Amino acid sequence: MNEPIKSVDPTDRIWNFFASVKLSVVLLLTLALTSIIGTLIPQNKEAAQYIQQFGETWHRIFGTLNFYDMYGSWWFQLLLALLIVNTIVCSIERLSSTWKVIFPEKPVYKADRFRKSQYRRSLSDTRKPEELKDSISRYMEKRFRHSRVEPLENGFRVYGEKGRWTRMGAYIIHTSVLLLVLGVLISSMFGYEGRMNLPVGETNNTMILRHSDARIQLDFSLRCDDFSITHYPGSGRVQEYRSEIAIIQDGEEVKNHSLIVNDPIRFRGYSIYQSTYGRIPEDAFTLVFAEAESGLETRKKAEKGEEVPLPGGRGQITIQDYTNNFNFRGHNLGPTYLAMMEPTGESPRPVILPVEHPNFDRMRQGEFIVRLENIDYRYFTGLQIARDPGIPIVFISFVIMVLGFFITFYMAHRQVCIEAVRKDDGKTEISVSGIAANRRPGINMTVKRTMERIERILKRHHT
Amino acid sequence: MTDSITIISYVTFIFGISALSYAIGWIFRARWANIAGTTAMVVATLGNLAAFILRWMETYWLGYGHMPLASLYESLIFFSLTIGIIYLYVEYRFRYRVIGFFAGLSAFLALAYASLPSVGSQIQPLMPALQSNWLIIHVMTYFFGYASLTLAFCVSLLFLLKSAGKNPDDGFRAHIPGFRTLDDLTYQLVMFGFLFITLGLITGAVWAEQAWGRYWGWDPKETWSLITWFIYATLLHARLMRGWEGKRLAYISILGFAAMLFTYFGVNLLPGLHSYL
Ligand code: HEM
Repeated sequence: MNEPIKSVDPTDRIWNFFASVKLSVVLLLTLALTSIIGTLIPQNKEAAQYIQQFGETWHRIFGTLNFYDMYGSWWFQLLLALLIVNTIVCSIERLSSTWKVIFPEKPVYKADRFRKSQYRRSLSDTRKPEELKDSISRYMEKRFRHSRVEPLENGFRVYGEKGRWTRMGAYIIHTSVLLLVLGVLISSMFGYEGRMNLPVGETNNTMILRHSDARIQLDFSLRCDDFSITHYPGSGRVQEYRSEIAIIQDGEEVKNHSLIVNDPIRFRGYSIYQSTYGRIPEDAFTLVFAEAESGLETRKKAEKGEEVPLPGGRGQITIQDYTNNFNFRGHNLGPTYLAMMEPTGESPRPVILPVEHPNFDRMRQGEFIVRLENIDYRYFTGLQIARDPGIPIVFISFVIMVLGFFITFYMAHRQVCIEAVRKDDGKTEISVSGIAANRRPGINMTVKRTMERIERILKRHHT
Repeated sequence: MTDSITIISYVTFIFGISALSYAIGWIFRARWANIAGTTAMVVATLGNLAAFILRWMETYWLGYGHMPLASLYESLIFFSLTIGIIYLYVEYRFRYRVIGFFAGLSAFLALAYASLPSVGSQIQPLMPALQSNWLIIHVMTYFFGYASLTLAFCVSLLFLLKSAGKNPDDGFRAHIPGFRTLDDLTYQLVMFGFLFITLGLITGAVWAEQAWGRYWGWDPKETWSLITWFIYATLLHARLMRGWEGKRLAYISILGFAAMLFTYFGVNLLPGLHSYL
């Protein structure tokens, strides 16, 4: 039996393990399969939410398996690392044989392989092979990068070959994959990202990091000179929001940019994105008291923190606080003021005044229904600031990858063989057959086209 | 004046006719039916293109001007269009009409789904994050990829159908192209599809970087498109490096298609929020 000799050297065995394409097929499928987990279980949420969703026991199991931060978990990263080692070892392993194909000392053509090819066409002609030899071999010489004519007993054979170098395509693709992984690694190690809310007219150089909430001082400041919102005609939907941003470095204005979504500012390795916006209320407004029974309204100008007497001297109310998003029994009420009311002779009670729901206070069923009017606002622009040195590498890897796919898919290494042989009936049989790297079916077209050209050449011969 | 939604309802019907004609042509070896199938396919594809362009104009008339690639409804319209285009190209180049039944049926189903009330055919204004040329390139490349992979799936089904019986050359199986042809066609469609879903992933990443400041975020839709990509990468390695063919290749192609469908439709059922589809 011709059993392949199993090496006992452990280094060899590890090498061979990683040199197998079987491993890469297994790894790719495993990555595909395990990635599903992170799409079924919400990632990086609070423990309380998980316990509510899965129960205590499953929560503990999932936590141990790192399912809550799956793509950052050691085992997922290990799978990726294995894929990388696999790709590198596989490529090195095959480099020498690929090299020999691309730069052969002396190209060998095996007529057998062409005869067995499933991509084969033939026709017959009345002329002798010798009469056709010149024009066919000249055509092949012109059409293919390498060509060679061989005499046969009663005819001839011409080989043509092109695209040897495209065997490098796989290396180009795999290099791009490695580069991509390198870029992603650099992103995750050196990249960071934060936000800055900048009211119109103000300047700031502090951003708050995502995840950690730490503050970072930038070596430049941003100033928001203006902010505007455009709405779609006939609908309340926001069409565009735009901030006029000035970048200030060492006391000098170095850049002005009209910032909108999808068009970030690129500045010295930083990218600044238009992310959100909001309104900061000025602390002045009008309080409106509507009598619950009669609907009679009383208006009073007021400021935050000021004690405002209730109509008829029936107590007082103080607006104490403002929040951009107020959560009431699971509903987000949006921008909301919080007040404390002290009706005479009763204990103080909180009053919630959501700006966008003026009738909200009706629910309290008090003597008055309180709402706010004439609130003065100032816009702030919500900026996102990121620095990610991995991006150029990632994007370059994209370009290389697409190039590599194009080469391997559409320019494969192909060889064509034309035989012209005189048969016993006096006719000449001309056959065209082709083989391509890894039996790519595209060779079918090459054979077909070559045959069409040969037919045309034969016809021209006649006239 | 007719609107694009009305045209689409005609087009849906014509894709259905086309599938039916191809089916008759296939089972009864009727040449006329095959010709009718091709004619209907051409008419439906052109009609689909017209509806796409008309809808594009309608967005401008409403003052929302954008290429109609920004909602589930609009993507389905574009999906059926790409199926029509790629199928017609395959028929023109390879002259096999059996696949026409599946292609017509797929386009029909896509449009029938689009007509469900839950899909919502109204033209909506674009939110700022979607106003990007990258979105257009992203969606277009993806759907050329999806359509091609859908046809690859159809061819794989034909392969399994042909190999299911005792004799691959009896009855209606006789008209299915040979195993070698089906195998080659699957591979070529997957190759083209893979190239385009790769371009889709890449343009998506470039767009995400511009709009949200990150090129990848493991959101369910992104993750599922990567899963799909991994499966087709597996298929290519199995075919090119390990010489897998036939049924085994057909199974991977079907698996990949299932992942693709889930990426397209199923992700909405999962927790998390992907932009708009
Ligand atoms: C991760 C994404 C990957 C992609 C998109 C990819 C893509 C490709 C493509 C398209 C080919 C065909 C090239 C040709 O026919 O010449 C190929 C070939 C190959 N791939 Fe990959 N590949 C990936 C990862 C891997 C990994 C992890 C391995 C590990 C062993 C691997 C091993 C190979 C080998 C050995 C070849 C044949 C190279 C040759 O012709 O000598 N690939 N790859």
